[in-house]
Amino acid sequence: MKSTLMNMVLSLGIITIVAAALLAGVYTLTEKPIKEAALNKQIEAISAVTPQFNNDPVAEAIDITPDGETTPLKVFPAKQDGKLVGAAVESYSLAGFSGEIRLIYGFDSEGNITGYEVMSHAETPGLGAKMDEWFRSPEGNRSVIGLNPSSTPNGLAVKKDNGDVDAITAATITSRAFLDALNRASKAYTKLQEQNK
Amino acid sequence: MLEYISIIITAIFVNNIVFAQFLGICPFIGVSRKLSSATGMGAAVTFVMVIATCVTWLLQFYVLNPLGLQFMQTIVFILVIAALVQMLEIILKKIAPVLYSALGVFLPLITTNCAVLGVAILVVRNNLDLGQSLVYALATAIGFTMAISIFAGIREQLALSNVPKAMRGVPIALICAGLLAMAFMGFSGIKIG
Amino acid sequence: MNSKLKILYNGIVTENPTFVLMLGMCPTLGTTGSAMTGMSMGLATMGVLICSNVVISLIKNLIPAKVRIPAYIVVIATFVSVLQLVMEAYLPALNTLLGIFIPLIVVNCILLGRAEAFASRHGVFDSCLDGIGIGLGFTIALTILGAVREILGTGRIFGAEIFPETYGSLIFVLAPGAFIALGLLIALFTKLRGARC
Repeated sequence: MKSTLMNMVLSLGIITIVAAALLAGVYTLTEKPIKEAALNKQIEAISAVTPQFNNDPVAEAIDITPDGETTPLKVFPAKQDGKLVGAAVESYSLAGFSGEIRLIYGFDSEGNITGYEVMSHAETPGLGAKMDEWFRSPEGNRSVIGLNPSSTPNGLAVKKDNGDVDAITAATITSRAFLDALNRASKAYTKLQEQNK
Repeated sequence: MLEYISIIITAIFVNNIVFAQFLGICPFIGVSRKLSSATGMGAAVTFVMVIATCVTWLLQFYVLNPLGLQFMQTIVFILVIAALVQMLEIILKKIAPVLYSALGVFLPLITTNCAVLGVAILVVRNNLDLGQSLVYALATAIGFTMAISIFAGIREQLALSNVPKAMRGVPIALICAGLLAMAFMGFSGIKIG
Repeated sequence: MNSKLKILYNGIVTENPTFVLMLGMCPTLGTTGSAMTGMSMGLATMGVLICSNVVISLIKNLIPAKVRIPAYIVVIATFVSVLQLVMEAYLPALNTLLGIFIPLIVVNCILLGRAEAFASRHGVFDSCLDGIGIGLGFTIALTILGAVREILGTGRIFGAEIFPETYGSLIFVLAPGAFIALGLLIALFTKLRGARC
């Protein structure tokens, strides 16, 4: 077709309007499922990391700022018949390669780690994903499950930093960030326990 | 200040856009046969990336977010970048013909350079403020220029070597890029601040 | 050969986007840490490619030549945004895994390339077939690359163990392995094609 200013503006305009309308339509259709998916992810992660509970941790979630920090963490208390049996703590670390990493950690009533789930990260493809398996693997000193970060003054650390935990091969930074987020979560949980005494 | 230095070092070495994030691979492979064209491409990318990141950042936080139109991000960003590249071409031709003759041939290729759109989206996803975003874009572009220049230097030598027939051209270049990426992994221990 | 079949064959073998045309390198390298992610990325791209090819071939006579490219970009970007929303709503885990490479489909040279080289010159049905052919070629290439990297790196394929992870070479899951594995695969493909033609 021959190009004139009139038909150029008109055709581009029509295409853009149709595109915008289509997108707005899809957006309204998917808005609710997107919110639900995000919520489901949170609930699934909480039940995966904490001991058995029968309350609604999301509804009872509270913000706790660990000592010496300014940003509060979301703590989801897990209660069995009204008694605090543990909690899931959504924590973060800015010590990773690129951007922040977010994880949910679970603790039992003694403060031992019961599990963790990676929520989001921007680490190098491949390495960041390793985080998901490494720290629960029974090999060597990889696993953090069952350890108690609040029992040592500075929390858990990788072997390179005179700690006990094996860092992910070739990814000490990511491992440090993982433990950084973990120690932060533990501090928040200790505070929750004190409040509940 | 330390924060900016940390962003710069990370973006150039530790998290190099080509070797660690796999963005901008097309020009990295396509325009790296000669050192001179590689540096030209790098300069053009630097130019566009910083301006594009600035414009898209402002659009995201002052137009899309207040209006609740975040879902239009992709479509708006790509159109803005395409228009920007066109405009830059016209403006450069008029006011800086010398610069235009150096960068002109590379400009049209940049619209579909995923590094430019990638950085624009990444700064929004990582919630950087405007200053950090600009520093990040500039450092990333420098990292890209460095990567493509080193690579072009290697490929100029490679052109003279006797390479098995099936490996000639892109395959051997990719393997060299792999070795370079391995070298860049050595930076991964660096941490500032 | 039947001309319709030929379009499909062309996309998968003769003009394979990864091994022959060498387009869309970024997702090819960035999302092939495992066979699963590679395949998902291939299928996502294929979905957008089929839709954009069909729409562009439908409206090709209504667009003035001078604003052709911007019009194509709007069409492609619209479908990419729709894909983004749908994935966020119904496949959130996969969406996090592929991350930034989903919005970046928009700058994948394969899409604009096929719009310009094929869909703007052929009928709707042929354009749809071309989308399927090229899309399949891309998906197959990404799956193979993902599988090779996953086997060499972790000893698994689609998550099923073939040999213990300890014998794997982590480098293939990391960035350098992506470049090297792709280089070797392209060389192999060139060799095989050369031997037959």
